[in-house]
Amino acid sequence: MKYLFAAYIATWAIHGIYLGSLVQRFKRLRQQWKELGKK
Amino acid sequence: MNSVWAVTVATLVKDIRLEWRSKDALNSMLFFSLLVVVIFSFSFDPTAEESREIAGGLVWVAFLFSAVVALNQTWARELRNQVLDAYRVSPAPANSLFLAKAVGNFFLVSLLEAVMAPLFIVFYNLRSLGPSWELIPVALLGTWALVVNGTFFAAISLRTRSREIMLPLLLFPISIPAVQSMVEATRIILAGDGTARFWIILLLTYDVVFTTASLALFQTVLHAE
Amino acid sequence: MKRLFPILSVITAALLAYALYEALVVAPTERTMGDVQRIFYYHVPSAWTAFLLFLVNLVASVTYLVRRNPKADALAVVCAEVGVVFCTIVLVTGPIWARPVWGIWWTWDVRLTTTLVLWLIYVSYLVLRRFSDSAQTPVLAAVLAIFGALDVPLVYFSIWFFRTQHPQPVIGGGGSLDPRMAHVLLINWLAFSCFAFLVCWSRYRLELMQREIEEAHAMESLAGTGVAAKASMPLGRSSR
Repeated sequence: MKYLFAAYIATWAIHGIYLGSLVQRFKRLRQQWKELGKK
Repeated sequence: MNSVWAVTVATLVKDIRLEWRSKDALNSMLFFSLLVVVIFSFSFDPTAEESREIAGGLVWVAFLFSAVVALNQTWARELRNQVLDAYRVSPAPANSLFLAKAVGNFFLVSLLEAVMAPLFIVFYNLRSLGPSWELIPVALLGTWALVVNGTFFAAISLRTRSREIMLPLLLFPISIPAVQSMVEATRIILAGDGTARFWIILLLTYDVVFTTASLALFQTVLHAE
Repeated sequence: MKRLFPILSVITAALLAYALYEALVVAPTERTMGDVQRIFYYHVPSAWTAFLLFLVNLVASVTYLVRRNPKADALAVVCAEVGVVFCTIVLVTGPIWARPVWGIWWTWDVRLTTTLVLWLIYVSYLVLRRFSDSAQTPVLAAVLAIFGALDVPLVYFSIWFFRTQHPQPVIGGGGSLDPRMAHVLLINWLAFSCFAFLVCWSRYRLELMQREIEEAHAMESLAGTGVAAKASMPLGRSSR
């Protein structure tokens, strides 16, 4: 049933997008932290 | 308790007097309300039967938009003149300020509604099949529901970017049960479709809950600005 | 503590995989709806998780108002954000389920509509946090959370009564549950709860890190202007 797979895929896509945004934010913060450490 | 009322009334009278002196804002709001009614009437042109069913929704959505325009200027004057700082350090109870603003807004929005309602009746050829006096408690309770939360959220939005859009953004979700009640009650009364008692009681409950919450938390918000 | 996170991640991943297997293979096929009903095993646990997260946000918000502990505020933000994510999933899977079963995408179903309003309230909460320029944003957000909480029972009642007047299909399946299905549901709920916990933990660490950096930046600019670096920091930094 394509609806079933659509639902499951949508669920993980949404989780994936959110986790991806968290990873990006982590990277940016780590960058900022390093810059601070240098000063 | 005596001083709370005294300060409330004094603030309210001052606000009305100030607003009356420069009628510009008031006039633009009135004109905006008129425009909203006309646009809605162009967009939805129902038959007499249909109009009774949907008029409730149309009227209250129109009121809601006009109310937001009115609510957005609630604290504008205070903000311009740094009055809020003075209020924070004065011994005057914060609730007086809130009540005065809320009641002032209530009068203002009621005025706008009083202008819009006859226009809606005209454009939609509205005639109530149910007891039309019942529309009065609906209008009063409904307007207070919008105004009490609107005044409170206007205070919360004071120090936000895009202040004008922040107010409806916060107000609309929380107002959903109130708007549903107003719309359903109006529809039932206009269409003569049973009793609107449940919705009126729900509106009353909503008003009590949020008036209490606003009075309880306004001090916190005022000091948080 | 540091070792714990990867271990829990592996366990959670395994749990999620197992739960998926249970949902797709082990659970019996529903009589009337067929295989589409399996969406239920993702839809319902997401809803429970979202509601739990919003509840924690409420408790954290009230705690913050009373104690002004910045950690409580950090927890509030975290739960609001992750809660919105799970809530989005509920709102997406709900209509995907409804469409093949009842032929319509949306119906003013009590639970789904209440979920929609909760989503709206918490999105407005997140917008307030992002747009508010005050140092006291956490206080304002906490107040908003309380208003939202007061609103939810009213929302539920008004839709419930509306539905008795205008009956429409019920999404989410009422009635009793086959015990094997209940078992699969619980497994998925357990898996998603662990997952939510890990996501919140990560987000919390991110939040704390962000606040430290903001404080460090602020300290720097204070020191730069010659003001004593020991100036006390205001409570409750606003979070972006």
